[in-house]
This record gives sequence, structure tokens and C-alpha cells, in this order.
Amino acid sequence: MLAINNIEVVYDRVILVLKGVSIDVGEGAITTLLGANGAGKTTTLKAISGVLRSERGEVTKGTIQLGEQRIDGLRAHDVTRLGLAQVFEGRRVFEHLTTEENLIAGGHVQKHGASVKQGIELVYSYFSRLRERRHQQSGYLSGGEQQMLAIGRALMSQPKVVLLDEPSLGLAPMLVEEIFGIVSRLVKQENLSVLLVEQNATMALAVADHGYVMENGRIVLEGPAEKLRSNSDIKEFYLGLNEGGARKSYHDTKHYKRRKRWLS
Amino acid sequence: MSEDLEFFLALTLNGASIGLMYSLIALGFVLVYKATDAINFAQGEFVMLAGLIVAVSLSIEAMPLIVAIAIVIVVMIGFGFGFERVVLRPLLGRPVVAVIMATIGLAAVLRGLGPLIFGSETRAVSLPVGDDPIVLGPASLPPIQVVGAAVALLFFLAFSWFFKKSRMGVAMRAVADNQQVAQAMGINVERYFALAWAMAGIVSALGGVVWGAMLGVDVQLALVGLKVFPVVILGGLDSIGGALVGGLIIGIVESLAAGYLDPFVGGGTKDFAPYVLMILVLMIRPYGIFGRRQIERV
Repeated sequence: MLAINNIEVVYDRVILVLKGVSIDVGEGAITTLLGANGAGKTTTLKAISGVLRSERGEVTKGTIQLGEQRIDGLRAHDVTRLGLAQVFEGRRVFEHLTTEENLIAGGHVQKHGASVKQGIELVYSYFSRLRERRHQQSGYLSGGEQQMLAIGRALMSQPKVVLLDEPSLGLAPMLVEEIFGIVSRLVKQENLSVLLVEQNATMALAVADHGYVMENGRIVLEGPAEKLRSNSDIKEFYLGLNEGGARKSYHDTKHYKRRKRWLS
Repeated sequence: MSEDLEFFLALTLNGASIGLMYSLIALGFVLVYKATDAINFAQGEFVMLAGLIVAVSLSIEAMPLIVAIAIVIVVMIGFGFGFERVVLRPLLGRPVVAVIMATIGLAAVLRGLGPLIFGSETRAVSLPVGDDPIVLGPASLPPIQVVGAAVALLFFLAFSWFFKKSRMGVAMRAVADNQQVAQAMGINVERYFALAWAMAGIVSALGGVVWGAMLGVDVQLALVGLKVFPVVILGGLDSIGGALVGGLIIGIVESLAAGYLDPFVGGGTKDFAPYVLMILVLMIRPYGIFGRRQIERV
């Protein structure tokens, strides 16, 4: 559905941030992109959605394809029109607009007011809490509600592909589970394809079908989610488990730092 | 009714109608600030330019008023649009000071070019509203003030509807809230910036017509733009309703100051009373009466 082929991203014409990244997002599936802070995950998403430009970044090599169409080099609002939506890290709702106005703004690409209304109803059917808050200023919603609104707002353009940037950020574990549950349902029922960026690797690998691991602007590991879950490097560095699968204890007096195999 | 009360009401009504005319100009300022976060220091010069255009086109033989107004609206839309396109767009993503300096520069250019092209004499704009004062209770107001106030009210209703109810208006507020996210929602941010400037152009055009008719048109007309600042700071830089209320308050304060204080100090209080009020407001509510507060969740 979405294919990223060997892209390089340069900020300010000098800083090379992504050094040849290739990712394939399958149709109707959740693909996750894991990695530590500063690995380049968010930059990858921004490169896809085209908002990179407003931060003086540029895709200098490689291609990005949405379906049959090349979208690298297009401007963000045109990319959205082609059926790709981005949910930003840290929610970023339009704080001074009400919940419903946020959704209306999200449905900006719709030609008819009627399809905006339909979209709003669809969003409320998945996130019923938003309906209760529909006329409230969104800046005063709780973190979980704002995250739901951010996802709902992205759905308003009726996208085929959704880029989801750290939906678990700063939320209680119970809320994270609720939101991931809804996302999985959305993927199945609305036939969405999702590229999920996460720090919460346990959660991400539990819902995803396929995964990529990123370090220093490169993809260092990829595979089906269940394979990644059993990979001993992933267990050690991302899931905090030891070889046997038990929780790792930092009390053990003697502990050798495991060397990441992919760095050899 | 006692004479004192009558005097007070007369001053208040007079101030309110002038105040609404201030609001009209402030509205142009607010529209731009709301959508683009740019502070337009050339708002007064926009009004002056519009006044000049309408005065010059009226001086052409047998020019019907309605056509002259149409001309000035079209020209001012084009002007707002062009200014955004040519001067401001290259400044996108630069510090906000760059845009402020650009508008200050534009103000100076307009103040110089206006008289250079159209001459520096004071021109009259005569609207067919007669000279007989309109009597409203204890006050008798010049008809042009009543027309100006009515135009201002009409624009306020129209723009309130636009921002609250229309999808374009909501999109424009979304742009004001967060440009990057708005882009990702499929909103063409640059187009909305241009739209905001064009709307400011329309408002300035009408402002130029009514203020020009009241004061006559020359470079001095740009000075009404200075009154925009107490108005918008009082009402809130980004609030349409704030511009309305701020204008009313400033107009009334001005008129009351002139009526009650001038006899003791020999005049001139009208000109500084609004600014005293502005400083007080800045100390108590820096974001104005209706201004947007930074939302902080803890």
C-alpha cells in the first residue's frame, strides 16, 4: 500500500538524518517502526506525509509510493488528498477549537458537507467519549480524549493509510490498551493500513503484523511481528526480558552488556 | 430626564457610533492576526489607501458611488492578496519580527506613495446621506457616523457567522491554531493566508469609505489606524467579538473624556484616554477581554 524505497532525508541541506530507509506497509495491516529516541522514526513519518518541508527538511534520494502514485516531493495538503493521514506525536489537537470543530477541520478535503457529517458520526461510533465532549474546547480534554480526537480527526479525510506517531505517549496503561484496541478494530473494519511508530515495543509488537527496528537513521532489523517478539536482541533491548523470557533483573551483580548482533 | 443624564447619554451614544467605526478597522487587523499570526502595522495605511482610491474615483465625472465602492473593494482585495503573495510569502517560517518589519515598511511606503501619486490635498468623499443630524433620544449624530456604525455591525455579523459556522472559517481557525497540523489535514495554508489578507482588504475598503467621508482623505487618515491598538489590546488580538466590544469601549471612553475632562484641562484628553486604558488592560489582562489564552493542562 505504502512503499518507501531507500530514502535519504537531509535537514537544512547539511544534516543527514535518514540514511537509506526502506519500509513496506501492507494493505489492511499494522506495520510498526521501533527505535530509541532520535533514531529517525518521526522524521520518517514526516518525510512520508510531506510536512518535512515546513521544517526545512528534504527527501534527497529514494522514492515514496502510495499505491501506484509517487508522493515524495508533493506538498503535505496534496498528500492528504491522495488518502494518507498523519496522527502527530503528542496529539497536537487544535486546542482552541471544540472537539467537533477539530473533526470538521480534519474533514477539510471532503467536497460535501454531508460526507463530513457522516465522517463525524463514524468517528463517534468508534470513540463514543468524544460525542460526550463534542462542544468542549479540545485544549481542555484529557490526554486520552485528545489522543482519540487526534486519531478521529485523521480518519475524517477517509484515508487509506494512517501514520500513527506514538499514540501511547504519556497515557495510562489502561488507556493505551483501549486506544490500541480501537485502532486494531479500525484496521479490520475500515480496511486501513497503519504505520505505527512506538516506544512501547511490547504493545506495538502485540498489535502489529510486521515490524521494523531503526537505529541512527537506518533500518537494522525487520520481520513479522511474532518473529521479532522472539528475537533475543529485541527481547533484551526493547522488551526488557532475558533469554528465558523472564523479566530482566538489574539486581544481578554480574552482568555483561550484550552486544547487539546487528551492529557487527 | 435631568440635563446631566442627557449629556451623559448623548456622549455615550456618540462615542459608541464612533467606536463601532474603530471596530471596523480593528476587524481588519484581527482577521490577519487570527489567521496568520502577523501583526499588521499598516492597517491605518490600508484605510488611507482605500480612502484615496474612493476619493479619486469619485472625482471622475459622473462616477456613481456604488461603482466607486466596487472599485475600491476590488482594488483592496487585490492589494491585500498581492502583499501577502509578493512580500509575506517569502517570509513564511521566519521569525514573526520579519513580518512586523515588513508591514511597518509597507506603512511608510504607502504614506509616501499616496500623496506622491494622488497629490497631498485633502479630498472629500461625499456619501448621499445628507447633513441633517439623526436624532437618537438625547443624542443627535451625524448621518455618516450612523452609516459607519451600521456597516461595522453588518461586517461583524457576517464574519462571526463565517468563523463559527462555515467549514472554511473553521479551517482558517485551525490554521491559526497550528499551521503544520493544519497542512496535514489537507488544508492549503498559504491559500488561507491570502484569503485572510484579502478579507482585511475588504474591511479596509469599507473603512476607507466611511472614515474618508467623515474626516476627508489625506495622509492624516492613516492616523485612525493608531486607534486600532488600544481597541485590539482591550478586546484581544484574535477575537472578532473583542474587536467589537473593544471599539465600543474605546469610543465611549474617548467621548466621555472629551465631554467631562476637556473643560478642565483645556482639551486633548480624547487623544490619550484610550492609551491610558490600554496600559491598564495590559497590566490586568494581557490577552484582552476575549483574547485567546494559552491553554495549559497540568
